[in-house]
Amino acid sequence: MQTDQLSRRTLFRLLGAGGALAAVPAWAQGHSIGARHEPPIRVGFDQVHGDVINLSVGAGQRTIQGRTGHGIAVNGSVPGPLIRLREGQNVRLNVTNHLSEDTSIHWHGLLVPFQFDGVPGISFPGIRPHETFVCEFPIRQSGTYWYHSHSGLQEQSGHYGPMVIDPAGPEPVACDRDYILLLSEFTSLHPHFIMRRLRTGGGYFNRQQTSWTDEYPMSVAERRMWAKMRMPPTDIADVTGSTYTYLANGRGPEEGLEFLFRPGERIRLRLINGSAMTFFNVRIPGLPMTVIAADGQNVRPVEVDELQIATAETYDVIIEGGRAEAYAIVAEAMDRSGLALAMLASRSGARASVPALRPPPLLTMADMGMNHGSSGSGGHGGMDHGSSGSAPGAASHSMAGMSMRDTSLLPPNVALGPGIDMVSMAPVDKTDDPGLGLRDVPHRVLNYRMLAALEPNRDTREPSRLFEIHLTGNMERYMWSLDGSMFSAVSDVPIRFAWNERVRVKLVNNTMMAHPIHLHGMFFEVVNGQVPAHQPRKNVIVVQPGASATFELTANEPGDWAFHCHLLYHMHAGMMQTVTVVGPEGAA
Amino acid sequence: MAWRRTIVLTLAAHAVAVPAMAQQHDHQHDQPSVKPQPQPTAQAQPDDTTADHAEMGHDAHAEPAAASPGSAVVTFPAPEAGSGPPRAADAIWGEEAMRSAREDLRRTHGDFPVFWFQGDRLEAQVRQGNDGYLWDVQGYYGGPTRRFWFKSEGESGFGEPVKDAQFQALYSQAIAPFWDLQAGVRQDMGGPGTTHAVIGVQGLAPYMFEVDAALFVSHRGDVTARVEAELDQRITQRLILQPRTEVNLAAQDVPMIGIGAGISSFELGVRLRYELRRELAPYMGIEQSWRLGRSADFARANGENPSVTNYVVGIRFWF
Repeated sequence: MQTDQLSRRTLFRLLGAGGALAAVPAWAQGHSIGARHEPPIRVGFDQVHGDVINLSVGAGQRTIQGRTGHGIAVNGSVPGPLIRLREGQNVRLNVTNHLSEDTSIHWHGLLVPFQFDGVPGISFPGIRPHETFVCEFPIRQSGTYWYHSHSGLQEQSGHYGPMVIDPAGPEPVACDRDYILLLSEFTSLHPHFIMRRLRTGGGYFNRQQTSWTDEYPMSVAERRMWAKMRMPPTDIADVTGSTYTYLANGRGPEEGLEFLFRPGERIRLRLINGSAMTFFNVRIPGLPMTVIAADGQNVRPVEVDELQIATAETYDVIIEGGRAEAYAIVAEAMDRSGLALAMLASRSGARASVPALRPPPLLTMADMGMNHGSSGSGGHGGMDHGSSGSAPGAASHSMAGMSMRDTSLLPPNVALGPGIDMVSMAPVDKTDDPGLGLRDVPHRVLNYRMLAALEPNRDTREPSRLFEIHLTGNMERYMWSLDGSMFSAVSDVPIRFAWNERVRVKLVNNTMMAHPIHLHGMFFEVVNGQVPAHQPRKNVIVVQPGASATFELTANEPGDWAFHCHLLYHMHAGMMQTVTVVGPEGAA
Repeated sequence: MAWRRTIVLTLAAHAVAVPAMAQQHDHQHDQPSVKPQPQPTAQAQPDDTTADHAEMGHDAHAEPAAASPGSAVVTFPAPEAGSGPPRAADAIWGEEAMRSAREDLRRTHGDFPVFWFQGDRLEAQVRQGNDGYLWDVQGYYGGPTRRFWFKSEGESGFGEPVKDAQFQALYSQAIAPFWDLQAGVRQDMGGPGTTHAVIGVQGLAPYMFEVDAALFVSHRGDVTARVEAELDQRITQRLILQPRTEVNLAAQDVPMIGIGAGISSFELGVRLRYELRRELAPYMGIEQSWRLGRSADFARANGENPSVTNYVVGIRFWF
């Protein structure tokens, strides 16, 4: 009943092999490719496991739903192969670079010696062309993780893949089938082109902007107010379905990814958001999902009908197959500009109807940190579904006498300057915010306050240090920063932690975008109202627009670690800093 | 009525949450250490909100984390946290091997240069008398706050030599989130060849007006100024109406180029463009220009009409 042993069957199940192709894996089919010289990149992934794992990074051409584009693949496929490991084993990973540029692999969520963490310029020098990089370390954890390049913008091109670590003991939750659903994006544009357009052509990818003919429920006064602030209320995603095809295990929504099931079976679905820039709202109309793990760490089971998975997060959910012939697993991009799609099918080829994209959400004044009254604040409580979620209530009168950039609200260590276009007026904790677009849906949606660690945390000491980091930015210039400084200005100024220090870090979002902040090398515990022993362990925390979020951390992994927004182009635009944890031998 | 009760309870929860936060604030001066965990059970508030939640069966929704005490009590790293730049990897891989990777990471994450070129107006102008053409291009190379900026504009009648062409080379420094201060030189050609020193501001004004305002001091000592403003009004995602205005001012008469002191000219136009793609949009429009005061006199003396209506068709592009 458990997938402890790797049989042929479970292997195929894990692959989520597509429809009639269950016997003939997709990558074995090959694709007819045009005149380009680059070899075709396979869609979907196979599996590697064992004590020695060889990975090779190479360039090729991707074809998704008839569109082609340059790609970078691990072992010839996008996503790269499933790396399947077991807690307690030792693994040696040989990564060979067949590109004409440097590459790297970051093992996202894995506890590793820092020199194997895979961030060029912080943890190691990078992997030069034609070199093989060898990392060897013990596996100290279990759960659902992933890996991706940390070099340039290679991740956007396809350099990512899933990683599953089986526990040394039994799984806390049994299941009949175990599937991976890795969400990502495809674009035929070169990622550097996207980066340039984000810097030079404000709103370049947004085809849902306000206009004279839009259908947004906004009054003239509200529209005027947003214009006055020079802020677009439609800036939900920087890069959208106008160029992205959203992918499920590397396949576009028309390419028929299928997971087989029988009614009554318990299916474990390991959701991984391996996208560069997209938050997905995931639901399976007709079936509830029971969340059992977040970012690879077990949580107390909690049943929901929909959840938002931020870039780089992972969630494991249990679904019980119902009596319908098929169920659609719908992963809408948060801005509703497209969706990734997979089918739970009771027989090969069975299809459920796919709900139409819901109308795009709008930012509200609460997303600027304006939190007077309860209407329009949206994020308050999984309970107040009755309040006006995305309707920009209380907006017309609320600007009077208020500054959207009162820099006196910032602590003195924040570098003031043109890189900060907004200061949250009254940032409050919104770990109860289900996320943009889900604040007013009529069903149960996951939020961080619903997560509780299954196994108690080992270190529940009260933090001896509180420290605040401000997420800052300028959307017009496309500058993103921490405490007002882009990485290029603070590359030699790390955030320092003493050995085994217990720190409470409050992240304050002074921008109108949600940022998935990722700390390498360590799990932190989200301060979400659970008792300290059961605060959920995560490695990515979403800080909602204009709001704050807090985590606690035991600094017990020595070395230099990257700390950044996991929206790829935000990181590249500067929202990154190094975290240095001093080893037990003391300060260097 | 169930929904109503939910809302009331929600409001109650908010009401309780507010004093809790206020209290945190009060504490921030007399409590130098970190405020403890927002443990539901440890929160000794007069109204125990935790109980409310439990009664409602929302045990998964624990009470919100209390706001942190604020920056006033942010504590600084202990000496044990060390100091200096992050150099842990040097001990493993060698300083030499890390140096270029570090430099590369720094160069590419944040302040990196990009090139942008825009043909804002490239148009043919149909008017009474001799039809003409106009160009108005600009671009920059640089990072998000420091850029080398160049601009050129000029116009002429078809079949005539270019009578007015201007080129500007500017250093542009961000001085506010939406504003750049620009300084440099302007060279006029086609007329009596004038060089100007330029200082100006360019940026985005409230209500999304794109503004470019500059003061010019010529090598002959004449002081002039120009203010341009454009506003993009999206009719659809691709069809955009752009009102545009330009005012030219002079501190003194410059008879050599037909400019009189005061407001020398004023333009008001509207262009309707269709974005085939974001970077490429053909447009048509109408623009009215007036020369005023002494400038109008100069125009008339020259046999020109100080008031001109142009019907324009052109293309806007950028890359």
